[in-house]
Amino acid sequence: MTDARKPSSFLTSSVSRRSALKGLGATAALTAAPGFVRYAQTQSSAPIRIGFQAHRTGIGASYGRWYERTTAAAVKAINAAGGINGRPVEIVTEDDGTDPARGAEVVEKFASQHKVDLVYGTLFSHVVTGSAPAAGELKIPYYVVSEGYHVASGKLNRWVIQPGITDVRAQCRSVAPWISQNVGKKITMIYPDYAFGHDHRDFFAPAAAEQGAEVIAQIAIPPTETSFTRYFPQIPAGTDVIYHVMVGPAVLTFVKELGEFYGGRGPKLFGFIDSLEAVDMKSPGLDFLEGSHFWEGMPRYLQADASEAERAYRDAVGLDENGAAANDPRDVSTNAHMFGCWETLYIIKRSMEAAGYRGIEDRQKLIEATEAITELEEGVEHPQGPKRFDGKIHQVFGVQNISVVENGKLNVVHKTAIEDGLYEPEADYTTQSF
Amino acid sequence: MNGTASARVWLLHLAFIAALVAAGFLLPDYHRGVFSRILVLAVFAMGYNLLLGYCGLLSLGHAMFFAAGLYGAGLPLYHLGWGVPASFLAGVAAGGGLAFVVGALALRTVGVAFMIVTMMFAQVVYLTTLYFTTWTRGEEGLVLPPAARRVGFGDTVLSLSDPTSRYAIALTLFSIVLLAMLRLVRSPFGRTLAGIRENEERMRMLGYDTFRAKLSAVVVSGLACAAAGAAYGLLFGYVGSGFASIQYSILPLLWVLVGGAATTLGPLLGTAFMFYVIDYASGLTTAWLVLVGAALIFVVLFFPKGILGTVRERWLKWLP
Amino acid sequence: MGFGPLLLLASLEGLVTAATLALMALGLSLVFGVMRVVNVAHGEFFMLGAVVAWAVSTAFAGHPAIGFTAALLVAPLVVGAVAFLAERLVLKRLNYDPEATIVATIGLLYIVQQLALTFYGADARPVQPPFNPRIQLPWFGYSGYKLGVIAAAGVLLAGVWFVLARTRAGLVMRATQYDAETAQAFGIPVGRVYAGVFALGAMLAAVAAVLVVPVSQAHYLMGRDPLLLSFVVVIIGGLGSLRGTVVAALLIGLSDGIISTLFFSPTLAKILATLLVALVLVFRPQGLFGTAAR
Repeated sequence: MTDARKPSSFLTSSVSRRSALKGLGATAALTAAPGFVRYAQTQSSAPIRIGFQAHRTGIGASYGRWYERTTAAAVKAINAAGGINGRPVEIVTEDDGTDPARGAEVVEKFASQHKVDLVYGTLFSHVVTGSAPAAGELKIPYYVVSEGYHVASGKLNRWVIQPGITDVRAQCRSVAPWISQNVGKKITMIYPDYAFGHDHRDFFAPAAAEQGAEVIAQIAIPPTETSFTRYFPQIPAGTDVIYHVMVGPAVLTFVKELGEFYGGRGPKLFGFIDSLEAVDMKSPGLDFLEGSHFWEGMPRYLQADASEAERAYRDAVGLDENGAAANDPRDVSTNAHMFGCWETLYIIKRSMEAAGYRGIEDRQKLIEATEAITELEEGVEHPQGPKRFDGKIHQVFGVQNISVVENGKLNVVHKTAIEDGLYEPEADYTTQSF
Repeated sequence: MNGTASARVWLLHLAFIAALVAAGFLLPDYHRGVFSRILVLAVFAMGYNLLLGYCGLLSLGHAMFFAAGLYGAGLPLYHLGWGVPASFLAGVAAGGGLAFVVGALALRTVGVAFMIVTMMFAQVVYLTTLYFTTWTRGEEGLVLPPAARRVGFGDTVLSLSDPTSRYAIALTLFSIVLLAMLRLVRSPFGRTLAGIRENEERMRMLGYDTFRAKLSAVVVSGLACAAAGAAYGLLFGYVGSGFASIQYSILPLLWVLVGGAATTLGPLLGTAFMFYVIDYASGLTTAWLVLVGAALIFVVLFFPKGILGTVRERWLKWLP
Repeated sequence: MGFGPLLLLASLEGLVTAATLALMALGLSLVFGVMRVVNVAHGEFFMLGAVVAWAVSTAFAGHPAIGFTAALLVAPLVVGAVAFLAERLVLKRLNYDPEATIVATIGLLYIVQQLALTFYGADARPVQPPFNPRIQLPWFGYSGYKLGVIAAAGVLLAGVWFVLARTRAGLVMRATQYDAETAQAFGIPVGRVYAGVFALGAMLAAVAAVLVVPVSQAHYLMGRDPLLLSFVVVIIGGLGSLRGTVVAALLIGLSDGIISTLFFSPTLAKILATLLVALVLVFRPQGLFGTAAR
């Protein structure tokens, strides 16, 4: 009906061009006629368009800014190396406001109006969950760089896939042995009282128990809370370690108040850097974190033993050795998560090349190609480290970093193995129809 | 009001609905999808408008009724495997029940106190959706599986995830609520509400049970908003705490005030206006909230009674 | 920790909340009471105060107290000027129509929020407290600065009370609140009073923000929750009552602090505290100290 209203679109419509190509496709390889070749080349040099669902406004904006920068850097690198299947990559960005309702609308906009090849880049789990139905209905691949358990749980659909960053369940499992062996066995958990926090609660406690450690208290903080001191008396006196994970703008208050409350004499601390992403470790009030440990997806501070690939990645994104923007030391990155953008874009490239991706009619092949991935080697494409992809649950597994705060910097003291994070899959997306 | 004027009003609304039916065939995919959402959200706004526009009660807590519908429909479908019609009715019933309780309590207050009490009750509902994260998945929310979002009529199966049937269902719901609202506000009950809005004391002295009338208005408003919430969840397949947050109490207020309070078509106009301003502005600049804010101020400077409200005041006095 | 120390901690935390809440709510109450305007952007004035405080305090080297003091002076002035402009350019032209001003202040909210995001950024940034001795009690440690916040808010509230009750400016404001038309007839420039009140209300929010920002950082979305709480405080306290506003802030701050400290489930505690306050209003609709709300 679009065509009926716009007669000229019969000539320019990509559908008719593609169907023409399809007809030619079989013979094009055999036909050496120059005219055909030129036609095929102009076709194949049209950019691959990736819809980037970005958190430009709303609670995720700190992450969103760095996700945009990492994405731009990765696309620049990919294009400089010849693009994907010889075609350049073009990013079309839409702001989702870190809001699930707007997220779903944006997916529709990408699919129906921008007509991108796929959608990519979302971090916050409620936006992923809210957008997933739209992606499934419109049958558009949705590559997310989130970290909740929502993708791996099997509750979404076959079009949603998370190949660039590990999920919370794997993170919890990976760090549990190290905590119980090196920090302490009686653990109190403090986490936000919503799904992300509950994932930590549900997956860390059993993993700790397997290691002979014990979670002796679980304190769920309402996400509307902006001060935390009042909850600290609930931390039992026998606690060896406080396992803390918080998100949102109040996280700095949380760690500061913890310091004021205990004054360096309390239990040891193990935290997820999510609390301090985009926050300078040298911020006033954080001095008491000295000696405490953090999970990091990828180290914020440049480590002495960093690989060539990691250094190249950091340079491309524009990070100084403290993990801040090279041109503004106060602009601290979210490096523990944003590397996932870089790696996901390379997965997309790899999958498109494996699938011989030509256009949106190959979207299904693209998902199947990603599902077929198993081992991923450390290198330029995967600077964070080697990974293993499980096509059944659309989830990647990788190494985790445990870092200690020394002189206001995070130094990696332990890297977990991929195996530490593996768990029995609870779902199988590959049995779902498209 | 004479017969011809009344006929003109009904004709206008029927023509409006006919135009929306036609739009279902003419709109490009993206805009048809957008309008499916706008129509459902406009039901939410119309429910809100009954209270604010026609009864003069400013609530800052209507997210709780939308959420009651959303969760009332979504949870039984997700956890108990209920069918779509039963889930929808459960959502509407949940909204009606909640509205009755909240209305009975909050209507003891008037004016700004009513606004604050409803806001706090809504905050309680929001926190409740988080407290029961085990079942609701809190802010992350639940995806309602497409397989469960189907209605069978004999041999034909209507899938709510199909864009065409989705538009048809959204439009049907919108049309029913629109015509019901039109009928309602032109009925003696509607005039009682308007009387309460203008001068409650006088209505009471005239022998009207104003509390009862206001409570009825709250319940009808709650039912409409819950119907919108239930439809939103079932049609778009997602249920999450965000819809219970204060933002979704402020949005219907904004839609109604922008479109024109106490106009029947204003809520739809306001909802569509806000959607397209955001959609357009966010394509122009990354700092799009400035444009949205400026657009709001601009609209209100030139249309202080909302778009349709001001049009009615200045030009089309017969608009309902 | 025994019950006594727990109660002490809860009360201290409650007092800190109450102190800043009282200041911010007082600003809202003035605007609400005198102009009958529901200022949805009040939370953004609070946020703007915090952001300006960060900008000013980081501009000064040396002892943190210097930057903080500068922030305490500059932030309210900047925010007051923004509010004054908004009042003259927009609210005045709307004739303070209650519904139109809601839309306009929501518009203002969006604009201020976006400008903060664009020019200040999305990160939460800390401001150094002017002093912060950690006070070690036998059972727990506490921030000395937080005690300072309580004291400072007390002094500021007393100052506002003095202005309202004992000065000519206060008299003019009260007269306008009581009956704007009569005040106009008596030669009070009501328009200018409105602009002044709107600016003053915003300045109070900004001062509250400067006090609180060393505790809880500046962030561009920090305005919403304090706004909602301020509304509650204003209404519970009874419109236009300074004493009521302060008592309501104490009531809400302390009940929130104590319930959430003593209760085992924080979210359930929040639910109960919210319900409790809502029911106070249901059964005492005029608020604690107000005459019937209009």
